Amino acid sequence: MPDSLPAKEQLLDVHIWRGSGEEGSYQTFQVPLQESQTILDVVSYIQQYIDTGLSYRFACRVGMCGSCAMMVNGVPRWTCRTHVKKITDGMRPADGLTISPLRNLPVIKDLVVDMDLFFDKWVRAEAVHHPTRTARDAIQPVEEETAERQAANAAIECINCAVCYAACDVVASNPDYLGPAALNRAWSLVNDVRDGGREAILQAVSGTGGCHNCHSQQSCQKYCPNELNPTASIAGLKRESAKYAMRSLLSLAGSGKKGEKA
Amino acid sequence: MISARLYILQRATALIMAPLVIGHIAVMIYAVQNGLSAAEILSRTQGSFFWAAFYGLFALAVAIHAAIGLRAILHEWAGLKGALLTAICWGIALGLGGLGLQAVYSVTG
Amino acid sequence: MKLSGHRKQSLWFAFILHRISGLVLALFLPLHFWVLSLALRDPAALDGFLSWTDFWYVKLAEYGLVFLLSVHFFGGLRLMALEWLPWSPAQKTYAASALAAGFALATSFFLSATIYG
Repeated sequence: MPDSLPAKEQLLDVHIWRGSGEEGSYQTFQVPLQESQTILDVVSYIQQYIDTGLSYRFACRVGMCGSCAMMVNGVPRWTCRTHVKKITDGMRPADGLTISPLRNLPVIKDLVVDMDLFFDKWVRAEAVHHPTRTARDAIQPVEEETAERQAANAAIECINCAVCYAACDVVASNPDYLGPAALNRAWSLVNDVRDGGREAILQAVSGTGGCHNCHSQQSCQKYCPNELNPTASIAGLKRESAKYAMRSLLSLAGSGKKGEKA
Repeated sequence: MISARLYILQRATALIMAPLVIGHIAVMIYAVQNGLSAAEILSRTQGSFFWAAFYGLFALAVAIHAAIGLRAILHEWAGLKGALLTAICWGIALGLGGLGLQAVYSVTG
Repeated sequence: MKLSGHRKQSLWFAFILHRISGLVLALFLPLHFWVLSLALRDPAALDGFLSWTDFWYVKLAEYGLVFLLSVHFFGGLRLMALEWLPWSPAQKTYAASALAAGFALATSFFLSATIYG
């Protein structure tokens, strides 16, 4: 225990998920409340002073990397940017704080999840850059003022933290669903004049796990710590992929497509 | 579970039904006054080409729309998938369509 | 049923209302079609069913059904606007308006079925 604890301190009940895979249970710890304290501080306190066996992830601890994402009282958040007071204000003291691993991803241990499927879906959505030029070609100019570039810029700040993926009920109930992050990135590339894979992307997001499964619950938008809006991006994908599908149905595929054939 | 094609069909039937729903609710608000009776309803609808077309279109559109909507629910909440899910949804579409057209015929024939 | 924290936001409620209303309507429709088809096969039975609508609790159930249809209709318009019109930040306002419009329409039906009838 640290030396500098005040004699009289307020303790907070913290319930933390312990376990691997499908098995586990909540374990309760008592953590001294501080004036300015984040959820990450709480988890770190427990691991450093009470149970060194607690597994959790963090890196930058200043809200830039997204590594510390966890479920706090059932809501996915960046724990380094979530103040304890914000959560405990208005809560019943008896309930305590509940911290569990990100939803919709397999649990490796305690608060650490396996992010593989999250990134696999990224690739499955063709949400990867499809280059059209080489280093020997002139740089492709990008006009900032076009509607497409504005749309791409609005979606581009995603750092793959999986908070939106954890918040989405369609991800939870449809195993094929590509998810808000992958689809958001796909949308930014559809609008990127340098990307040559427009057709490939639209096809990739038109299947049984594609953008049309989004029910616009908008939890992704509500909880994104970077204030991105995957719902709006997915709406854009719905429009473009529907138009593309209709053109294909009418055998007009090939008119109005951007970039090189994928 | 919803591909681009099913999405287009879902939204298209929704758009087709938008004015039909308004019409239906308007009819109900009018007809429900002073109680309902078979004679009253049938005197308006029997032999009417307009009502046959109106409700015939409605029945076909709702059969498709409901089947696709239920497809999402059956997959997400009941875990159904693959050929079984498709077969059930076709059954719903044909069943609702059949019952609907039978009802339209009964009331306008 | 305890509602998980991430679902405690109004647009999730808009989603669940749209889904439940659609589900209930889809389950009601076969019954609705079957009763109407009695017009040809057994008109007396149809009149029997229709006379139930004189009871206040049946009128209340009709109110509920018309509410579900109205709210599903306005909610559907909201969704298609979300998907096909330029994005608006007023999503919660639209969801609330769809609910209010549905309630208003259903209430005018209920008034028609009770007071003005």
